[in-house]
Amino acid sequence: MKNKNKLTYMDTVHRDGTIWNIGMMLLLLAFPFAVWIIFGEGPDWQGLGLGLLATGPMYWAVGVVEVITFIPMLGAGGSYLSFVTGNISNLKLPCAINALENAKVDAKSEEGEVISTIAIAVSSIVTTLIVALGVLLIAVTPISKILEEEALKPAFDQMLPALFGALGVALISKNWKIAIAPIALMLVLFVFVPALNSGMVGIMVPVGVIFTIAFSRLLYKKGII
Amino acid sequence: MEFSINHPILFVLVGIIIAAVLGQSVYFLIKSVRRAKATGMDMTKIKKTIITAAIFTIAPAISIVVTVVTLAKSLGIALPWLRLSVVGSLSYEAIAAANAASGMGLTLAQLGENMTASNYVTVSLVMTLSIMVGIWLVPLIAKKYQNGLVSFENKDKKWSDILQNSLFIGMISAFVGFVFCDVSRLWSESARFVEIKEKVLVDGKLESVVVGVTEYTATSGIVPVLVMVTSALSMCICGLLINKLKWKWLNDYALPICMILGMAVAIPVTAWLGMEVK
Repeated sequence: MKNKNKLTYMDTVHRDGTIWNIGMMLLLLAFPFAVWIIFGEGPDWQGLGLGLLATGPMYWAVGVVEVITFIPMLGAGGSYLSFVTGNISNLKLPCAINALENAKVDAKSEEGEVISTIAIAVSSIVTTLIVALGVLLIAVTPISKILEEEALKPAFDQMLPALFGALGVALISKNWKIAIAPIALMLVLFVFVPALNSGMVGIMVPVGVIFTIAFSRLLYKKGII
Repeated sequence: MEFSINHPILFVLVGIIIAAVLGQSVYFLIKSVRRAKATGMDMTKIKKTIITAAIFTIAPAISIVVTVVTLAKSLGIALPWLRLSVVGSLSYEAIAAANAASGMGLTLAQLGENMTASNYVTVSLVMTLSIMVGIWLVPLIAKKYQNGLVSFENKDKKWSDILQNSLFIGMISAFVGFVFCDVSRLWSESARFVEIKEKVLVDGKLESVVVGVTEYTATSGIVPVLVMVTSALSMCICGLLINKLKWKWLNDYALPICMILGMAVAIPVTAWLGMEVK
């Protein structure tokens, strides 16, 4: 058995991450059971079964693909945190990418691991605090009316295009040779395939990633990059 | 105890879980900062990373609060607060809750104040169980997966670097495509009509039925494109200011500034090109 003193930093990240994630999983599962015990009413079994059948399989499959796709981008600490706190592709990952770009460090190095974990941890803390403050304000003030204000709605609706416009131009300009084909493919697919609506972007991320890797490999083998 | 969707005990339970989520983030933040110090990393770089990440997160976090407001109408405040502070998103939570409601022969809109404790337990169980994969799968595979990536990197460093960039570009390309997904409304009349579907309980099975149609203007699909172009151009201008005028400080704030500029432009552009036909 490995001596505790011989554990590397990365070993401790995996050990601590495992403890935290399993603990969080149990805690999240405890919520419905606590409500069940406190109010003395169990689930509607038919509703639970049908609801799970209609929701689970698709999101379980997406979850597996997301884990495989995002771990290399998020790093170890970032992965443990992100898969608990959520909002990965629209917040945690862009935040980590931006931090790595600004710090000019290799994402795969230990420095990159530290920078991306710090960015994701700070982003998680700020999100949790703002959402908690928002909830408090919703409960005690009429802020929900302001947040639902029609005038502001378009700004929140267009957060992803605004985010990926700025983030995309920075990354694409540095890797334009490998970016041309996947962007062209995604444009054609999203414009001309009616089934690919805005709700499908999560499923198309792994498709984009696999295609980009294959295309880059081709360019690499031909000595173009 | 009599149940209500905004019962104080629900806020206490959710508060405990949120505190644990916060605890995990703080733990990893401290652990990483300590490691940065121990390995002699430039601490100004760390400080900048913290400030930039915090500023960048503000606008997306406010949009999460907006989604809490949306879901609160049918689920109360506590459950959306929990679900949107952990794994999940508005689209996922709304779908999971609607499917659970349909399974009970109800609709999401019918829940609200009429929700019983049993309905609440059912909905929260479906929402929790359907999106748990990442939480347990990461501990299961992350170490072996990362070790595999490291040994792969040692074999061919150059290809490993290209592979890392390909991962980022692959993700960005999907989102660039997504921005154009409604452009076809310009020439396709059918693309301007989007069916609203709900699952309904029929003979013990859930079947998808169309409950309404939303009509969009022909030019509505251009709105996200113009927003993306605005934030991309703003980023180019920031790049010029940083490189030509040596405004180095702007480097850390460029992304949040450009994102907010893009979001701000969405307001007049949506008013000009239209969105849903009322």
